[in-house]
Amino acid sequence: MNKNSWILYIGILVFGLVAPFIFPAFKVQLSILCVLIVLATTWNIQGGEMGYNTFGNILFYGLGMYLCASVQVGMFFPLAEWTESGGEKTFVHTPSQFFQGMAVGLVVAAVVPTIVAGLIGYAILGLRGHYFAICTLGLGVAAGEISGGIEIIGAGQGFTTPPFPNIGGLEARGEFFYFLSFGALVLTFIAVRAIYTTRFRLILNAIRDNEDKAEAMGIETMKYKITGWMISAFFCGLAGGIMGGLVGYIDSTDVAFDGREMGVFMVLMAILGGKGTLWGPIIGATLFHFFKEGFWTFFLGWQYVALGVLIVVIVIYFPEGLMGWLREKYPERFGEVVDEADRKAQVELK
Amino acid sequence: MDFLVFQYPMITIQACLDGLLLGILFALIAYGMALQWGVMNIINIAQGDLVILGGYIAYFMYLYGIHPAWGVIVSPIIMYFVGIAIYKLVINKVVDRDLFISILATFGISILFMQLMNFAFGADVVLANSGYGTTMLFDNNVVLPNSKIFSAFISIVFAICLVIYMKRSKLGRAIRATAQNARAAKILGVDTEKVYAATFGINAALCGVAGALISITFTIHPYMGLPYTIRSFMIVIVAGLGNLPGVAMSGMGLGIFEEFADYILGTEFRIGSVFLLLVLILVYRRFKLSRKREYLK
Repeated sequence: MNKNSWILYIGILVFGLVAPFIFPAFKVQLSILCVLIVLATTWNIQGGEMGYNTFGNILFYGLGMYLCASVQVGMFFPLAEWTESGGEKTFVHTPSQFFQGMAVGLVVAAVVPTIVAGLIGYAILGLRGHYFAICTLGLGVAAGEISGGIEIIGAGQGFTTPPFPNIGGLEARGEFFYFLSFGALVLTFIAVRAIYTTRFRLILNAIRDNEDKAEAMGIETMKYKITGWMISAFFCGLAGGIMGGLVGYIDSTDVAFDGREMGVFMVLMAILGGKGTLWGPIIGATLFHFFKEGFWTFFLGWQYVALGVLIVVIVIYFPEGLMGWLREKYPERFGEVVDEADRKAQVELK
Repeated sequence: MDFLVFQYPMITIQACLDGLLLGILFALIAYGMALQWGVMNIINIAQGDLVILGGYIAYFMYLYGIHPAWGVIVSPIIMYFVGIAIYKLVINKVVDRDLFISILATFGISILFMQLMNFAFGADVVLANSGYGTTMLFDNNVVLPNSKIFSAFISIVFAICLVIYMKRSKLGRAIRATAQNARAAKILGVDTEKVYAATFGINAALCGVAGALISITFTIHPYMGLPYTIRSFMIVIVAGLGNLPGVAMSGMGLGIFEEFADYILGTEFRIGSVFLLLVLILVYRRFKLSRKREYLK
């Protein structure tokens, strides 16, 4: 890592730390952006590096969301009574209870989806290509439909997460969730960046490029696929737990297992930025979020129409994403040596 | 719970008959899916939304005082052109690309259609009343709406017509040749671009028939498309591509499974159980195939 990139990282970190105070009106939007970046980056581990295009990471996100809220409530109060008829009016979390619950809840929200991913991964990561994509799509929708029928977590009417406690008249809800999600983002970035410098990334790329050959080279592909999927699940669960607290209300198909929104967004953001790169999903998520928040209000009611058109356009015209486009244009910047004579010869051929 | 199934044989018969008639409809949709999958190597996530759109065409005819059964004729004609339009606008750009690209592109179309239908027709659950009455069997213990029998009959007629068309006509032969080997077909003078467009159009028309029948027998709603896609995908992978009797059998099997899941688990888990069944079938398939994949091809 050279000096310039250190300056870049520290700049981004400082910006991230002071952002909620510079733009106090956009705290919630910035927190959502952090969560989106986490989701896009972790999707990229599957879709970009490993070549296993999944619609199912929403499963871990929703699972984390429900788990975090359930633990936060269930540690101190009866969960069934809470969800039955607006328990948040009868039971009030003291500040220490709220933060304890949140801390334990986030740990559970990160760990349980990881275990679930390990178990499911053993069963379904042997599927290839479109079978895997459709299977994960089915998993996500099934989770939404089934959780919508379970009474103890609110079934169809939804689950209100504990409201943020009022500490001595100080309104710090926005800041708290912003720093929580920013912390998750930094953690994810460090972890993913560390992973990408190791042999693990090369193995994932080998699986993407030719799985049979990788297996023939003596790589236990299944082990690495499951590990990659578990890493994704860990951060997706964490992001889900934070998002649940941020939104304040969990519904099975509209918030938690929202395959039509979050589940597609993470794929779209990673593709928009460029699959298989470290910075691609981050740039893609930022662009996407700006576009979404900027234009959604103009398309009021027509958002999903715009989303559908956007998906089709991105997929048809920018399948390589922004980073792929830049890479084609300026290969030198990506450390690829270009033979000038060779390039000219190719241009003449065209 | 499972006692219920055996203690009340009438419920069992009812569920079996309902499932059978429903499954024939599923098989019709799955046939379209198998056709485009085999010929173009595309999995169309918007399949279910085409079905629902076909259903709304029949529903609108009902609203304007025409008997919805005519939708069986009108809806496929309109849907054929809708299918051609989708092909020209989107599908022909993704047809020879990575499979995931086509899945994602058709997912986008699906979201688009869902929302457009929501705007155009409203978010209410609707059905077109055909006024066919019901048939009672076994001392009035089993109730069978005539519309279900009608829809099963019409789907069988359409399926047989299509099979004959694929066997006998020139276009059918071209489609089958393209499915076998697109490059060789091209060399021998088949305009594969036209064949692809026609295939997608025929698939959309089949969806239109099925949709019109569904709007008569069951209910339609703008967001109900995805389950139909998943059902047809499941039927195709269970039966295998190009296995028509298999498609019909597994369609009926799925219908019966769904009716029983509805009785035993409750209606709120019906769709969830369909999706879970998909996952289970895929997992079973993976473990079955992994025993075979011991050698390098």
